[in-house]
Amino acid sequence: MALKTEELVLNMGPQHPSTHGVLRLLVELDGELVVNVKPIIGYLHRCFEKHCEALSYNQIVPYTDRLDYLASMSNNLSYVMGVEKLMGIQVPERVEYIRVIMAELQRIASHTVALGTYGLDIGAFTPFLFLFRDREKILDIFEATCGARLLYNYIWVGGLSHDIPDEFVPMVKKFIKEFRPTIEEVNELLSFNKIFIERTANIGVLPPDTAINYGITGPSLRGSGIKWDLRKNDPYSIYDRFEFDIPVGEGKVGTVGDSWDRYWVRMLEMEQSLRIIEQAIDNIPDGDVHEMVPKRIKAPKGNVYVRAENPKGELGFFILSDGKNNPFRVKVRPPSFVNLSVLGELSKGYLVADLIAILGSLDIVLGEIDR
Amino acid sequence: MYDLLTNLLGNQIVAYVIAASLPLIFVLTFVLFAVLAERKVSAHMQDRLGPMRVGWHGIIQTLADMLKLLQKEDIVPEGADKTLFNLAPLLTFLGTYAAFAAIPFAGIYVGSSTAIGIYYVTAVSGLVVAGLLLAGWASDNKYSLYGAMRTAAQIVSYEIPTAIAILTMVMVSGTLSLMKISDMQTAHFWNWWILGGPETGIVKFLLIPFMIITFLIYYISSLAEVNRTPFDLPEAESELVSGYHTEYSGMKFAFFFLAEYANMFAVSAIAVTLFLGGFHSPIGYLGHSLGIDWLVPVEQFFWFTFKGTALVFVQMWLRWTLPRVRVDQLMVICWKYLIPYAVVNLIIVGIITLL
Repeated sequence: MALKTEELVLNMGPQHPSTHGVLRLLVELDGELVVNVKPIIGYLHRCFEKHCEALSYNQIVPYTDRLDYLASMSNNLSYVMGVEKLMGIQVPERVEYIRVIMAELQRIASHTVALGTYGLDIGAFTPFLFLFRDREKILDIFEATCGARLLYNYIWVGGLSHDIPDEFVPMVKKFIKEFRPTIEEVNELLSFNKIFIERTANIGVLPPDTAINYGITGPSLRGSGIKWDLRKNDPYSIYDRFEFDIPVGEGKVGTVGDSWDRYWVRMLEMEQSLRIIEQAIDNIPDGDVHEMVPKRIKAPKGNVYVRAENPKGELGFFILSDGKNNPFRVKVRPPSFVNLSVLGELSKGYLVADLIAILGSLDIVLGEIDR
Repeated sequence: MYDLLTNLLGNQIVAYVIAASLPLIFVLTFVLFAVLAERKVSAHMQDRLGPMRVGWHGIIQTLADMLKLLQKEDIVPEGADKTLFNLAPLLTFLGTYAAFAAIPFAGIYVGSSTAIGIYYVTAVSGLVVAGLLLAGWASDNKYSLYGAMRTAAQIVSYEIPTAIAILTMVMVSGTLSLMKISDMQTAHFWNWWILGGPETGIVKFLLIPFMIITFLIYYISSLAEVNRTPFDLPEAESELVSGYHTEYSGMKFAFFFLAEYANMFAVSAIAVTLFLGGFHSPIGYLGHSLGIDWLVPVEQFFWFTFKGTALVFVQMWLRWTLPRVRVDQLMVICWKYLIPYAVVNLIIVGIITLL
C-alpha cells in the first residue's frame, strides 16, 4: 500500500539570502523536488508610476534611479530619451558619448553583481568579491563624476548634471586595463569549474520559443540563442557608430538556453562593453553638457514609448503628456518583472538547489519588479 | 598520561578530570584560532583584510565574538521541542569531543589509550549525526528540517567510504590502536603510511600509489562528514538559510560552531595519525640529538598540531575556492565513485600486503 504523502509548502523569503531582495517564493516541494513555484511580489512597491504624475519631468529622473538600482545610469538614459523625444531635443555629441560610456560602465557594474551573486547562489564566495573589487572601481569613476555611488541622477533631460572631470578618461582607461584580467580570473575560478558546470549546465533550460512567448529580454533571452539586442536591432543614442558583437548562448557545456548559457552571455557581454568604451573614450568631442538643458520642461501634448537595452533587458518607458508640467501618465516596462514571470515554468521538476540557480541566472532586481 | 597524573597527584578522580579536560583546553584554544584563521584565510584569498580592529590584526576578534554570543538572548522557538532543542548542541559537541579521547597528541599523551582507538573514534563520531538530526527536527522549522535530512543522508553515506579507507589502514597496519599506528611511522617521513609505511622492498613501492588513493578517499569523505564545502549542503546558505542551526542563537549556536571546528580538527587528526606519521617528527627530534628528554613530547605535540592544522588549512582553502555540489550529485560522488574505488582499493592493498 502506498503511503499517503503531501507536498511541503516552503515559504522562501521575503527575507532569504538568495532571493536577491524582497522576493517571496511560495514553493511546493515533494522532498527536494520542486512541484510548483509562485513568486509573490510587492514588498518593495513605492508607487513609482503614480508618483510620476505629481512630479515635473526632471524630478522623475532621481526616481528612475531607484527602479533597477544596480543600473541607475541606464534607467536615467532610457527615461530621459523618452522626454527628449517628446520635446524634440537633440543633445550635443559630447553628451551622447558620455552617456554611452556611462551606460556601458553601468552594464559592466550590473553584470559583475549578477555574476558575483550567481556564484554566491551556487556556493562560491570568492568570485563574488573579486568582481566586487572591480565594481568598486566603476563606482569610483561614477563618484568622481557626479558624487554619487549608487543613485546618480546624472543624465538629465537635454544633458548631464555634471561635466566629466579631468581624471575621468585616465580612470576609465585604467579600469579597462585592470578589468580584463579579472574576467580571465573569474573564468578560471568559476565559469569552467567542474562543479559549477555540473550545477548550472542543462539546468533551467529556456527554449527560444518559450522565451519569446514570455517576452523575456536581455541576456536571459540571448542565452537561449536569440540574437536580439536593442543596441543593434533598434539603435538608440549613438550605438550605431560602434563596433561590437552580440554574444548568444551556444550550449557550450550543455543545452542552449540553460543557466550556464545565461551566465556565460553576461560574461561575454562585459568584454563587448569594454570594446564600446574603448572606441568611445578617445573620441569624446568638446562642448557644453548643459547647452540643451531646458530651463522649464513642458512637454507638448502627445505620447511616446522609448526602450533601451538595460543590463537586465529591455526597459521601456511610456510617457503620456497632456501639455502640463507633469506627465499625465508614466508606464514602465521593467525587464526584471517580465523575466521573473518565466520562473514557475522553468523550475518545475528541478531540485530546491536548482531553483536558486535558475532564479539567480534570470538576474532580477526587486526595485524594478515592484516599482 | 593518566597513570603519570595518578602517580603525581595520588588521586584517581582528580587525575581523570585533568586528563579529560586537557583536550577540552586544546579544542577551545584551537577553535579560537581556527575561526580567526578561517576569516583571515578567506579574507586574503578575496583581496580583503578580514578582522583588523580587535587587537593586533584582529587577533582577539573571536574572543569578542564569543563575549557577544554569551550576551545574546537564548531564544527557543515556540513550536520547538524544548528538551530535544536544548539537547542537540550538547550531543553534537559531545560526539566530536569524545573522539578526542582516543587521539594521541604525543607519545606520552592520549586521553584513553584504548586498543580499539580508531574503531571507537568512528563509532562516537556517529553521535554527531544524531545531534544535528535532533536540532533540525526539534527546531520546528522547514529549513532546519531540510538541513537535518540532508545531514543525515550525507553523513551516513559518507561514513561508508571513510570506514573502508580506515579499514584499509587497519589491514595494512594490523592494529586498531591509534598509538600503535603512530609508533609504526616513527623516525622519518618515508615511514609515513602514505608513503608505504615501515614496509620494505617491493611491497613499499607497490603500496605508495594505493596509500595515496586511500588518503584521498578518506580526506574527501571526511570533508563531507564535517559539512565543509564543496559538501556543505546541510547548511547551504543560499538554499536553506542556515540549515539545521537556523533557529539557534547565543551560546547554543556557539556550540554548533565549536563542534564544527573541533570536528574539522578531529578528522584532520585522524588523517594525520593514519597517514602522515601521527605525532612523529618527519625529520628526527631535536630533543634526542641534544639529549634533552622532555623536549621530545613537546616536539611531538608541535608536529601533531602542525600537521593537523595544515590539513585544516586545506579544508579552508577548498571552502573558499569551490562552489557547492547538489544533493543528488553529492550522493553520486559517494555511491558511484568513492565507495567502489574504496572497495577496489581495499582489495588491491589486501593482495599487496599478502606478498
